[in-house]
Order: sequence, then structure tokens, then C-alpha cells
Amino acid sequence: MEKFNPKLHLPILVFGLAAPFVVPGLTIQVAVLWVMVLFALTWDVMGGQMGYNSLGNIFFFGAGMYICAIVQIAFITDVGAYTASNGGVRITFTHQEYFMGLICGIIAAAIGSALIAAALGWTVFGLRGPYFAIGTLGIALAAGELMGTWEWVGGGGGISMPVYPGSADGKAYLFYFLCFAAAVGTYLFCSWLYSTRFGLAINAIRDDEQKAEAMGVHTLRYKTIAWAVSAFFLGISGALFGNITGFIEPLEVAFPTVTFGIFMVAMSLLGGKGTLWGPVLGAFLFHFLKEFTWTYFLGWQWVALGVLIIVNVVFFQQGIMGWLMEKFPEKFGIVVEKKEAAE
Amino acid sequence: MTDAPVIEVTGVSKSYGGVVANENVSLTVPAGGITGLIGPNGSGKTTLFNSIVGYHPIDTGSIKFKGEEISTYRVPQIARLGLLRTFQQTRIYSNMNCIDNMLISIPHRRTGFRDMFKDRADKPTLEEVDRLLDFVGLYEKRRLISGDLSFGQQKLLEFAMALMNKPEVLLLDEPTAGINPTLINGLIDRLRRANEELGITLFVIEHNMRVIMNMAQTIYCLAHGQLLAHGTPDEVQNDQRVIDAYLGAH
Amino acid sequence: MWDNIAILTAAPVFNIQLLLDGLFIGATFALAAYGLALVWGVMNVKNLAQGDFVMMGGYIAWWLGTQGIHPLWGLPASIVIMFAFGWAVYVLMIRRVIDKDMFTSLLATFGLAIVLAQALNLMFGPEVQTAESDFPIRSYFDNAVTIADIKLVAFGLCGLLALAVVLFMKNSRMGQAIRATAQDARAARVMGIDTDRVYAFTYALNAAICGAAGALISMIWVIQPFYGISHSIRSFVIVTAAGFGNLPGVIMAGLGLGVMEQYGGFVLGAEYQQATVVALLLGVLVWRQIEMRRHRQVVQ
Ligand SMILES: Nc1ncnc2c1ncn2[C@@H]1O[C@H](COP(=O)(O)OP(=O)(O)O)[C@@H](O)[C@H]1O
Ligand SMILES: [Mg+2]
Repeated sequence: MEKFNPKLHLPILVFGLAAPFVVPGLTIQVAVLWVMVLFALTWDVMGGQMGYNSLGNIFFFGAGMYICAIVQIAFITDVGAYTASNGGVRITFTHQEYFMGLICGIIAAAIGSALIAAALGWTVFGLRGPYFAIGTLGIALAAGELMGTWEWVGGGGGISMPVYPGSADGKAYLFYFLCFAAAVGTYLFCSWLYSTRFGLAINAIRDDEQKAEAMGVHTLRYKTIAWAVSAFFLGISGALFGNITGFIEPLEVAFPTVTFGIFMVAMSLLGGKGTLWGPVLGAFLFHFLKEFTWTYFLGWQWVALGVLIIVNVVFFQQGIMGWLMEKFPEKFGIVVEKKEAAE
Repeated sequence: MTDAPVIEVTGVSKSYGGVVANENVSLTVPAGGITGLIGPNGSGKTTLFNSIVGYHPIDTGSIKFKGEEISTYRVPQIARLGLLRTFQQTRIYSNMNCIDNMLISIPHRRTGFRDMFKDRADKPTLEEVDRLLDFVGLYEKRRLISGDLSFGQQKLLEFAMALMNKPEVLLLDEPTAGINPTLINGLIDRLRRANEELGITLFVIEHNMRVIMNMAQTIYCLAHGQLLAHGTPDEVQNDQRVIDAYLGAH
Repeated sequence: MWDNIAILTAAPVFNIQLLLDGLFIGATFALAAYGLALVWGVMNVKNLAQGDFVMMGGYIAWWLGTQGIHPLWGLPASIVIMFAFGWAVYVLMIRRVIDKDMFTSLLATFGLAIVLAQALNLMFGPEVQTAESDFPIRSYFDNAVTIADIKLVAFGLCGLLALAVVLFMKNSRMGQAIRATAQDARAARVMGIDTDRVYAFTYALNAAICGAAGALISMIWVIQPFYGISHSIRSFVIVTAAGFGNLPGVIMAGLGLGVMEQYGGFVLGAEYQQATVVALLLGVLVWRQIEMRRHRQVVQ
């Protein structure tokens, strides 16, 4: 596990803690930045570290969002009736109802998503290479379509989330810090995970899965857990994001496969997949580029982002961290070591 | 050295569509020794190895490891029993450095849930890694990305990884193929020492006659998927059928 | 749902309507899937922009229609334009991803798909469109089955195009070069085949085939900037089910998919039509996985 490094970690920590007070107008944008960091880190557990490139990880984001919403609503009223009224009846939650619902919702979202991932793993992990990517993409697309037909959870019309019982500023701060904590938690967890045998095993699966099997590694077990880990944190991010937007709906908010779903991949690649810091770096850069294109490419921002993804994939595969490793291998400990020198 | 067989192959046949790769092959590998498997290209040696370690179902026959029928087991299960193989086309984890390659090659026989999340490099394991990398002469390169090593070095690394796994039996598919002739003697020496000092039973596919004749106590010869002859190196070397098979094949 | 099944059993003639509609639309699916099988088989590129090429072809025909030119002219127009477009895409990006790992081509073309869908949206708006061909609609079986003539025409054109591609692949020099490259690119290079040109041509040909399929779809069905991804998924379903290099299989799977979608949409309700496609994808993948388990790959 990484040791605390003041030069590296401190500025980020300070930025994270101070941002909502220094630039209050941007609280939500910075909160989304932390969600992006979480996205990139969780995608990389699978894609970068294990070599299973999923195009459908966004599925767990949506699953967590819906699970959390259902739990929050079920805390005080009947879900079917609530969604059927289409936000018509505004129920005022007491503080206690709201926060109990939220806490239980987030926990349920995390655990529920992880369980779904574990269950799906048994069917999906027989797929390799492009079939895995397309299969996971299919799962995310199917989820969006099917949720749209399920009236109990609001169908295509969506669900208005329970209203925060307090000021708008209070809500922004609360969810900002929850997002920040979720991102830091994900980072710390990944950092620890990669320092264990688990990290070695998923790297081995990435490099040569059949060799790993031939050496007796329990590959299916590792793969399933890796996916469940991704799903766990993605579920949390979905739960938070749904509450931030205040309204959830299957295609654009919960399962945005061609936006957030592909951003995860793009951010990991940009920063350098298969490294701990690459995804974090990629998320920061990508998020700033995205905000930049939103401001300066009026109307054409999506096209600009797509082009960015293409350029990244086609011309800059290894990402920033990969490029640094190629340039300065000795900085990453890739050196010839004489025996005497070591002893 | 004892004579109790660790591997017993009885009447194994395997065909790919129309191609019969193994036909009614029976052989035994005694515990503690070095057994050789020779035969012209395409005679079905690799296929037999694949059948033993569980890469594909066999059509007929039985394969026993220490008396246990393993012909229906799958690859990782068999590996965890202590029956390991190396590949003809060397396979290592090419984006990881040598140390990590070794660390993940520890035996997975009784890996429980907690073991999966243990520290990746505890002290005794690291010492073992250093010792084995030194044994195969890769100590200085241990922090290099293994994919950047030369082909011969990769073969040595693969061998060291196999030793790290502490197998009872090691199946080696053409360990000297593609290795610089000057390194071959060193490799033979290490194979022998692995057998004698670590007590690992070796079952070796080898093209290089000089190598296998020097090393093995028993040799089996395959041709066209069938067992042609077996015996001591001398017997096999002077067997007219074996000579014909090699001359007639290519 | 059971009501709808009851309708099908009570009035079997409805089946004919569904079946025919499915076959007509399935023919265009098969055409686009054949293009995917081509680029996948020859250059190992999994083109996720497949459906967006289809939509581009559709918009070319539709746009001509709005300019007072009959959309059938859109067919040759989109073939030509999309061929040139495909060639340009190859030169700008695909050339650089061919020898990379398989995920790269998938992701790069996914990026392309986003760009194309968004560009179409900006140029033509998000409305669902149909190119008006003004062909008569005829009724059969006492008005129980109605078929627009354009569907018959499109079906015939689909067949002709497929035949043309097959003959081209068999007889032309470029077709032979493509097949040689598909079998063994290195050997082809040794024989003096300019594989880079072959790849460019293959990719451009695929784009042209998609363009043609799209032009036909715009006349017999609907187009919309963001429908591309469904068409990409359809192509993947068909190719995965049939395997590449298996033209009869692709045709059968394409027609089958068209029919299944029609039935899925009718029996479950129109909102399930998209879901049917994706469910079929998952079904095909799971089936494939079971197949793979049965024939375990052997490692040398
Ligand atoms: N996966 C496979 N599919 C079809 N035929 C195969 C396959 N693997 C090996 N063969 C055939 O089986 C025969 C034996 O091959 P192999 O066991 O690799 O021989 P060896 O290792 O003795 O050179 C050869 O004729 C080979 O072509
Ligand atoms: Mg062999």
C-alpha cells in the first residue's frame, strides 16, 4: 500500500476539502469530478489491471442509483404509489427519515451492485476479448431499455428523488463531501488491493490468463471479486449521483452508456491504464477538457469529445503514465540490479 | 528413486476432427525420476501433455495422478494437485517484472479467501524468489519487465516460476528449443539439480537427442500418435523402429 | 402479452404480415452484417461505427428526398459517398489500430460512432425520419396484409447488392486480393499484394455496403441520429451467431433477426423491440460461451 506522500497527496486533499468553500459556484462540478475519479479507478480494476475491457460498467452506476432510490422511498411510503403519482404528491421527509433512508440506500446500492456483479460474473467471464466488451455493453443497453418498461420504478418517465429536508447549500455540501469521500475511499481501497496478492493475480490474468490457470490460480474467483469491487464503488457513486440530480430516468441519467459509460474508459486510457495514478490523472484532465469543450465548442462539444477519445485511443494508447514509464523506466524501478549492490 | 508411478496413462486416444493425434497410448512416469518423451514433429507429444494437464477432454482411456483419476479434471484443478507443465511456446506474464512473475507463481493448493488478500511480498517468499532467480541466473534482471528479456531468459524464467510452484511433477515441453546452444548445458544441469535436490519428478518432451539421452532414465517414443517403443536411452537409441521413424518423418 | 399471442393464433394471417415485414427489414440487417463480417474477417477490426455508417447512408437518401430527388437515387449516392468516407476513415484512424490489440479497434470505432451520431444530430435534428418514396401500398388476403411496393423493391435491391458483392469477391482482382489477405496477410504481402490498399478498400467497401443498407432502411423503415448503436448491435448479433466467412449463415441470421424483432415487438409491445435486440445479443453470447466450453481451445 502506498505510504502517505505529502508532496503528492496533500495538495489533492487540500483541494478536495477547500474547493466547495473557495469556489462555491462550482461545488457540483467538482463533486462530479470526484465521481469521475471513482469511475476511472473502478474501470481500471477490470480494464487496466485485469485486462477485461468492459464497455458496460455504467450498468452498476445505474443499478446503484435505482437501488438507493427504491430504498429511500420505501422507507416512508409504497414505491409503486410514489412513482405512479409521478412526483405529484410531494412528500416532505423529516430529517431522520431522509438520512436513515439515504444511509440505508447507499449501503444497499453498494452491496446490491456487488452481488449483481458476482451473479453476472458466472455468465460473462467465459467471454474473452471483444465478446466481453460487446457483452457488457449489451448488458448496460439492455438495462436501460428494460428499466424503461418497468412501471413500478417509474418506467421511462423516471423517479423524482426524495427532496432534501434543508437548504440547497446544505445539500450541495453534503453530497459534495460524500462524493469526495467515495473517491478517496475508492483510491485507498485500490491502493491497498494492488499491494496484495490479489493485485498480482489480476495482473497475471491480464498478461496471460491461460498461463495463470495452468499455474493453478483460481481465475474465476479473482475475476468475480474484481468485478464486484468495481460494482461496489460504482453502486455508491450511482446512489450519490441520483440524489444530486434529484431526478432519475433510465436512458440519460441512470445508464448513460455512450456518455459516462465511455468516459470511464477514456479517462483511464488518457491517464494510463493499469496504474494507480493514471486513472486519477486521466479523470482530472478529462474533466477539465470536458468543461472546456462545453464552454468553447457550443453545440459541437460532443463531437469534440468523441474526437478526443479517438485521438487518445489511436495515437496515445499508453496514456500519460505509460508514456512516462517508457521515457523514464528507472524512475519506476525497472533497473538491472547487481547482486552485490543489493546486499 | 522409487519406482511407484506418479502418472499412469492407460489407453488414451485423442483426435481432432479427422486427425488422430494420440491412439491408445499407455505409459507410466515413475516418481522421482526423469522420463523422456520423443517423437518426430506432429507425432502427438504436445497433445498427450495437453490431455494429461486437462486442456481438453480425451476420447478414451484413463489418466491417473498418484492413483487419482484426473482425466475429467480441469486445468487449474490439476495444477493445484501439483502436476504442472511449461509451454512449448514460452508463456510468462510479459508486462510484469520477474519478481512479480515469481510471486504469483506460489502454490495455490490451499488458497483460502484470506490468502487472496495477503501482502504480496512477505519476507520468506521474497527470499525464495531471490534464491530461485539466482538459481536460473536471472537475479540481476529481476526488476526488468519480463517481456523485454531474451527468449532464452524467458524460458529460464518460466522454469523458475514452475519451481516456485513446488510441483511434484513437472511436464516440460521442449525446454531447450530455441535456446542458445551454449546455454543448453547449463539448463540441463539445472533440470538435473531440480530433480535431485528438490525431488521434482520430470517428464520431458525433447527434440535434442543428445540432451534427452543424457538426462532421462526412461524414454518413450511416439510416432503418428502411437507409442512406438520405450526403454532405457540405449535401448531406444538402437531401436530400428525409432531410427526409421526419425529418418522417415523428415 | 398473452392477448397478442392469442391474436396470432386466432388470425394466422397476421403471422404473414409479421413474417414479411421481418424478412424485408432483416435483409437490410444481413447486408450491414455482411460488411461487418468482411472487416472483422479480413482486417480483424470490430467496427462499432457500423450502425452509424448505416444511419449516414439513410440520411443521404432522406436528404436527397427533401431536395426533390427521389430517395432511390440515394442508393447509388450513398454507396459512392460512403465508399469515399470509409476510405478516409481508414487512412485517418483505422490504419493505426489494425495491429493493436482487439480492444483498441473496438474503442476507437466507438469514439467514431459517438462523433458521427452527434454530427448527424447537429445537422439533421433528433427527429425520427422516413424518406418518402411515394410507391403504392397494396393489400393482400382481404386487406389483412399490407405491403408497400417499396419494400419489395428494397428487398430485391438487397439481393442484387449481395450478389454483386459476392461476384466481386469471387472474380475481381481486388476481391481475390482481399480473400488472400484474409487467409494470411503476411503471405499475401510476400506475394506482392499491397495489403494496406486491400485494407483500405475493404473498409471502404464495408462503409459503402452500410450506406446502401441505410438508404434502403430510410425508405422502408425509420432513421434517427442515435439509432446507429442498435444497428451496430444487430450486426454483431448476426456475425456472432453466424461466424464470419459464412455468407449463407449471415443471410439466414439477418433474416431471422428481422423476424424475431417483429415478433418480439408485436408480442411484448413496441417498447420491447430494442430490448429484444439486446436480449438476443446476450443470448447469442451465452450460447457461444457454452459452445466454447464444449470445444476447449488447445494450447501449443
Ligand atoms: N488444436 C488442434 N486442432 C487440430 N489438429 C491439431 C491441433 N493440435 C494439434 N493438432 C494435430 O495433432 C497432431 C499432433 O500434434 P502435436 O501434439 O502438437 O505434435 P508434437 O507436439 O509431437 O509435434 C498434428 O498432426 C497436429 O497437426
Ligand atoms: Mg509439440
